[in-house]
Amino acid sequence: MENTINLTLKVWRQNGSKAKGRFETYKVNQISTDNSFLEMLDILNEQLINENKVPVAFDHDCREGICGMCSLYINGRPHGPDDDVTTCQLHMRKFKDGQTITIEPWRSAAFPVIHDLIVDRRAFDKIIAAGGYVSVSTGGVPDANSIAISKVDADEAMDSASCIGCGACVAACKNGSAMLFVSAKVSHLAMLPQGRVEGARRAKAMVAKMDELGFGNCTNTGACEVECPKNISLSNIARLNREFLSAKLQD
Amino acid sequence: MSKLNARIPEGPMAQKWTNYKDHQKLVNPSNKRKLDVIIVGTGLAGASAAASLGEMGFNVKNFTIQDSPRRAHSIAAQGGINAAKNYPNDGDSVFRLFYDTIKGGDYRAREANVHRLAEVSNDIIDQCVAQGVPFAREYGGLLDNRSFGGAQVSRTFYAKGQTGQQLLLGAYQALMRQVELGSVTMHTRTELVDLVIVDGKARGIIARDLVTGELQRHFGHAVVLATGGYGNTFFLSTNAMGSNGSAAIKAFHKGAMFANPCYVQIHPTCIPVHGEFQSKLTLMSESLRNDGRIWVPKKKEDAEAIRNGKLKPSQLSEENRDYYLERRYPAFGNLVPRDVASRAAKERCDAGFGVGATGLAVYLDFKSSIDRLGQKTIEERYGNLFQMYEKIVDENPYETPMMIYPAIHYVMGGLWVDYELQTNIQGLFCCGEANFSDHGANRLGASALMQGLADGYFVLPYTIQNYLADDIATKRMTTNEPEFTEAEKEVKARLEKLMGIQGKRSVDSLHKEFGLVMWDFVGMARNREGLKNAIEKIAAIKKEFWTNVRIPGNMTGMNIELEKASRLADFIEIGDLIARDALSREESCGGHFREEYQTPEGEALRQDDQFAYVSCWEFKGKDVEPELHKEELVYESVKMVQRNYK
Repeated sequence: MENTINLTLKVWRQNGSKAKGRFETYKVNQISTDNSFLEMLDILNEQLINENKVPVAFDHDCREGICGMCSLYINGRPHGPDDDVTTCQLHMRKFKDGQTITIEPWRSAAFPVIHDLIVDRRAFDKIIAAGGYVSVSTGGVPDANSIAISKVDADEAMDSASCIGCGACVAACKNGSAMLFVSAKVSHLAMLPQGRVEGARRAKAMVAKMDELGFGNCTNTGACEVECPKNISLSNIARLNREFLSAKLQD
Repeated sequence: MSKLNARIPEGPMAQKWTNYKDHQKLVNPSNKRKLDVIIVGTGLAGASAAASLGEMGFNVKNFTIQDSPRRAHSIAAQGGINAAKNYPNDGDSVFRLFYDTIKGGDYRAREANVHRLAEVSNDIIDQCVAQGVPFAREYGGLLDNRSFGGAQVSRTFYAKGQTGQQLLLGAYQALMRQVELGSVTMHTRTELVDLVIVDGKARGIIARDLVTGELQRHFGHAVVLATGGYGNTFFLSTNAMGSNGSAAIKAFHKGAMFANPCYVQIHPTCIPVHGEFQSKLTLMSESLRNDGRIWVPKKKEDAEAIRNGKLKPSQLSEENRDYYLERRYPAFGNLVPRDVASRAAKERCDAGFGVGATGLAVYLDFKSSIDRLGQKTIEERYGNLFQMYEKIVDENPYETPMMIYPAIHYVMGGLWVDYELQTNIQGLFCCGEANFSDHGANRLGASALMQGLADGYFVLPYTIQNYLADDIATKRMTTNEPEFTEAEKEVKARLEKLMGIQGKRSVDSLHKEFGLVMWDFVGMARNREGLKNAIEKIAAIKKEFWTNVRIPGNMTGMNIELEKASRLADFIEIGDLIARDALSREESCGGHFREEYQTPEGEALRQDDQFAYVSCWEFKGKDVEPELHKEELVYESVKMVQRNYK
């Protein structure tokens, strides 16, 4: 049956990318534990609007854990205290009455803050643009069943491909590395014969772009895997390293 | 009627598209570089169109309101994509896919468009596989198929429960390749706020940078809207929070016809509403109906005991359960089309057999499939959906049946387009869910992904050339033309007006009130009195909005409340159109159910002699009633009959 809790929120406010940010403290009461975390923020914003204050800006869209738009660093964890969920799937039953919750944007050199809790993640698009695709144009392709792909490989490619591009891996990493994101795409395509053809070029181009955009180096702390809402495995990074090395050896 | 020429090619149904392609005009490569195409939206339709036109050599400008094109709501589609491959050798064909789609749409779609859709469906699968989309496969290494509602063959390709995600990422990656090659310029966090018409032709847009608040002018030889559906008119829906109908309304205000606005799809399998602060509804894929059986208690007292928490569903014996879909529709059972399944759930709940705390829920039970196939197989097929359900509801669906209830999911209505996907404004094209053309009065499962990608990969890249071929001599315009200046001035005035209201109510509070009116009177079951009442209530809410909305902050910089207010103002216009269209259509068909028109068994009753047409609404001025035009639906290949899934 329905339970409600009262909370203190410490929220990062920043009026534009150039402004200096600060924490503001707000109280929200009678929050149903069946509400999602973002619905709790909706309630806070309704309260702020009624007080004629500017509501808190945060990224969100599908609210079902697939678009990758929502972010938030909640009490020191990307996507908050639950495992294997995005912030929009986090529910208030994971919090206790009277608790203080600290809410920050992703903190990473490659993801500058735009406004309040919203960051710019276009660096991920640039990495994909550098090579995260199979170079085929529309039309003139063979029948879909002309290549058999083992179910094991197809399933593994699917697991890597399920990355939602939210950036939690970068936010969780003390070095701000994007290796989990990059390796997931490299692995997805390298495991399929269609993507195998330009595997070496892809790995090199995506890694070079990642370095250029100010992401840090991977030191194998594994924090990214722990915080990934979609369980993208560290084994992808091992595969990327192999791909990258063999590509370099071919040079 | 000159305004509504569907321009259907000559010849027998199966030859029309081939004939069209054989005789259409083309643009040579050196001219393509000189032509600018604006594409608004980066979902399946927008991204696939932008990538394809970029590959062909056009200069594409692509816009999205999100931070990345990969966020578009196509990403949330779960179940699959249809194609007439007939890989399972179960009797499928292009004709059968065409026929099922026409029948599923309750004979209110345009035949020629639907046939073309079925024809190109196989190319889509080939294209996606070539891009590296990891579709599910059999142990032999070939592609797997599953069945979906409204069909008796297995023609649905899928990638776990994340098919939309994988198809969108395929299109997104193709798009980013073009961005890298310089043929597509991407504008993220940028929203279309008006359309610019010069000499009767669409020639550009006014856009607003959602980060800085700055208004921008963009020229295009043609403009393509691929902006999705307007389901959020109802506030609660399975759409993403940002999904909106504003681009369609801007086009409508500039003279584009809005077709069949009342055809709204209510999806039968969504997680039920939990409380007043709920912000959206979550869909549970239709594919679950392959292995899940839908039921409610047979006796009212059992239903009541379950609602009060005194009885658990697992304690109820088989003979005390009513598998009402299997009972009413033995031929299709749990796989009847969405509109039929939704109405049947509402019927049981209204009659007092509903479960859950509110009584507005039915069970979707996997026990017999788990017993038959083992939990591991069910986990492989639907693992992510079960996990999603558990995170939201806090119950384990492997042990206790899921609770589901219908919710607004998709809109079949949208901007009117001809066979070439061109609206009645020259140079303005519309693709994907945003147009009206292929699904009639009800869309079958796994057909939205098919249509979005058909439009973007295989239809628009041909048809837009037929238009642009006549425009090769038109030089790029500067955006200092008076039409651009005037449009920008109007946009600025509207935003200033919104900011100037300084009332007392938040955008969300008004949207919720409006959404409830829509759901109660213009939702799953409609009637004359209710619709008239709704039109009055909508007018009152419109007045309340324009005099009492409160938007904190200012126009420069990021202002999310201003974005929401602007979209709500447009939703209110759409709500009025939906209600008027529903009132004028005195029949039941597909997703449009008028209580006055039903068979004794409660099935939808069409009135083909009077209503076999597309309702096309023309804007006649602010606060003036729109004018109805009709595109008659002439069926050549299929005979209109009463739909039967029994």
